[in-house]
Amino acid sequence: MAQAVKQIKDILFLIFFLIVIPFFFKNDFYYEIAILSLLNAIICIGLNLLMGYAGQISLGHGGFAALGAYITVILSSIYGISPAVSLLVSLVFMAFFAFVISKPILKLEGHYLAMATLGVGVIIYITVNAQADLTGGPDGMGVDIFKIFGFELDSNIKWYILSSVLLILVIVTFKNIINSPYGRILRGIHDSNQAVSSVGADVAKYKSYVFVISVVIAALAGSMYAFFSGFISPAEASFNRSIELVVMVVFGGIGRVYGALLGAIFLTVLPQLLTSFEDYQTLIYGVIIIFVMMFMPKGIISLFDKLGKTNAHS
Amino acid sequence: MLIVRELCKNFGGLKAVDELSFNVKRGTVHSIIGPNGAGKTTLINMITGIYSVTSGEIYLRKDDDIKCVEEDDIKDMIHGHRENITNIPMHKLVHKGICRTFQHLEICGSMSALENIMLGFDKFMSKNIIQTCLRTKRIKEDEKKFEYEAMKYLNMFNLEKIAYKQADSLSYGVLKKLEIIRALATKPKLILFDEPVAGLNPKETDEISQIIKEVANEGLSVILVEHDMKMVMKISDEITVMNFGKKLAYGKPEEIANNKEVIKAYLGSNYA
Amino acid sequence: MNEFFQLLLSGVTVGFIYALVGMGFTVIYNSSGIINFAQGEFVMAGGMSAVFLLKWGIPFWLAFLLAIIITAFLGVVLYKLIDMSKEHSVISMIILTLGYSIALRGLAEVVFDKELHTLPSFVGDGTFSIYGATLTYQALLVMITSVIIVISLYLFFNKTKTGKAMLALSDNKDSAKLMGVDINKILMLNFIISAVIAGIGGLLLAPITSTNYEIGIMLGLKGFSAAVIGGLSKPFGAVVGGLLLGILESLVAGYISSEYKDAVAFVALLGILFFMPGGIFSNLKAKRV
Repeated sequence: MAQAVKQIKDILFLIFFLIVIPFFFKNDFYYEIAILSLLNAIICIGLNLLMGYAGQISLGHGGFAALGAYITVILSSIYGISPAVSLLVSLVFMAFFAFVISKPILKLEGHYLAMATLGVGVIIYITVNAQADLTGGPDGMGVDIFKIFGFELDSNIKWYILSSVLLILVIVTFKNIINSPYGRILRGIHDSNQAVSSVGADVAKYKSYVFVISVVIAALAGSMYAFFSGFISPAEASFNRSIELVVMVVFGGIGRVYGALLGAIFLTVLPQLLTSFEDYQTLIYGVIIIFVMMFMPKGIISLFDKLGKTNAHS
Repeated sequence: MLIVRELCKNFGGLKAVDELSFNVKRGTVHSIIGPNGAGKTTLINMITGIYSVTSGEIYLRKDDDIKCVEEDDIKDMIHGHRENITNIPMHKLVHKGICRTFQHLEICGSMSALENIMLGFDKFMSKNIIQTCLRTKRIKEDEKKFEYEAMKYLNMFNLEKIAYKQADSLSYGVLKKLEIIRALATKPKLILFDEPVAGLNPKETDEISQIIKEVANEGLSVILVEHDMKMVMKISDEITVMNFGKKLAYGKPEEIANNKEVIKAYLGSNYA
Repeated sequence: MNEFFQLLLSGVTVGFIYALVGMGFTVIYNSSGIINFAQGEFVMAGGMSAVFLLKWGIPFWLAFLLAIIITAFLGVVLYKLIDMSKEHSVISMIILTLGYSIALRGLAEVVFDKELHTLPSFVGDGTFSIYGATLTYQALLVMITSVIIVISLYLFFNKTKTGKAMLALSDNKDSAKLMGVDINKILMLNFIISAVIAGIGGLLLAPITSTNYEIGIMLGLKGFSAAVIGGLSKPFGAVVGGLLLGILESLVAGYISSEYKDAVAFVALLGILFFMPGGIFSNLKAKRV
């Protein structure tokens, strides 16, 4: 029992933190930032699985998240299908879509792979912008409330709880994956494709599956965000958004699940802290990225490693 | 165990392997030697599915005890005695009982030595994605069972001390051994060693020689690509010599040592 | 036929800009292995600097010169940032250049503004008429200047000592070092060249389409597509890539749909990456994983 507790110590700490922190929220706005951070963190953990373990850079995840969200929203708001079913259909579609494009994309490496994902993401952005009759075009479209089994998610607290639960589930799933034979193959792929092939694992298949998982997680979080904010626009699919997600992962610490979480929280909260600097926001954001990449390429979680608070594998 | 028939590999205009044929009998050590650039690694890469074959076939025999009609592939195949494994990719070959080690170490540096061995047991472990995500009993049992098995292997080679050390902190000699152990963990029927003692000192070379000989004695078929002639002469049952992609000579070690063509190829015609 | 030729001309004009941006990518990539995501911002810097220098009362020719010097300086800064970085992995360098592009955009927001601006044409507002299509003097200037730049670079890389040293560097850093080539100086020079040609591109473009602090994003990405189409390892492939891209874009906008015009660059990019990653001039197949 003690052994089990030790292993989930970090999850317990996270749950405690998630329960306690809302008591410090001064108003609704804090909830919104928190929920956004949690949803971003979910996308980032999926993206981290792809980048840190399968070693594939994706510069298009904003596009994938947005595409999943748009499909969910269009099915529920325009075609009147129940939100939960729309979400399910969207996720199944996105899994299929990701699987199909993963085949040609994952044959590429390094820069070329990054550019291919960028290309897909931008094409999604342009398409969503152009198909105004379906998507509302550049102005975006409104989204109805998320209802499931008659239960409505209509308050910040409910969304906070849902997002927190989703985050915990994603983290637990991630940890289960990493600490399993499947995960060992993923970690192996990161070091040596040949070694992994030589023990009987089809590297291409694993990379493909990880890509699909990361896209589906992104689509899920993206859809949740659309329901929460009641609105969706093409900006969610933009290159800027995709960069934002990648920066969160790398900033926090690539290959580390808590790195992805930290990075997401830090870079979601940061712009809010910078609003007093108004016009200088973008500049400061850029400068921070530059400095972290120059001097802390392993991410800000490396600071926590040095303080001995985290071990280097989570 | 293995039948290689008229294998060819062309890279553009270059014939790296030119109509090479040889057979490997079960439980024997069959060495492939030849000067640098003779095409040995290309040959191994074709057999293990890393390079595609330009022409020729590779067959895997199920059971050497049953006499095979060498020239009659079809009959042999119909009776289920041999399987055509030409151009099958490496990861699929592992499941047919073939595995290999690499000339340039392919070790997963960020994992512990123990985990590298556990990788070798991969084909016996469950990779079902649902079970993985939910961390079911099966997964937990697999992890425990194969950690124990991996430890047993390390014990056999007196490496238990470094079990939990990160692989990229270990010495070259140890890593070479680790790769061999990992290959053995896949419980193969045929194992190909690509220069397993390159860069090792005489003591380490001896240790590995011993391991390979024992492995063959246990019934595994071995193909050994090596430059270390002392080792090759000592442990080989049969030797195929390659030069310029072609088979130069074939026979038992004593025959090869006295073969004029072989001596000429290695040392120049002055010595023949 | 008139319409076709008109579309062709405007496509070639823009195509030359893509070519300049794309060449900037290949020059840096070939010497340092880095994809510079801030390349588009160099274009923006060229145009916007000129606009504002003029606004602030600086005479025409001086403003242009200063604009070019500013972009050269931005190139040097990027080189220094990369040089001082602890680690040069693919991913951290991608993020670094992305961060730089964001910072430059942020800087432009502060120093300049968020509005659209145009420059007056450098050569007056006259036009030619060719096969019923109109070609502005400015567009012609873009073409001529671009060709001059491409030819100069070609001569530089193939005929001068420094230029040849640069090509040697891209092939093999170690032997270049052994031959006494000062790698750092050359790398920095590469960054400067790449920034300057982008900046000149921005200057040339400003009178034709308006410029603002954000144009760098799309231009950079399209310039990158041009470079990949031509083949990242072939510095002058980007010229062909850029022209092809410009023409294709123009034709799609004219005959199919103007909303999907921007998608052309990325569909082409994906097409090349999937079928001919080495670019249209290569015979190589995709790297086997």
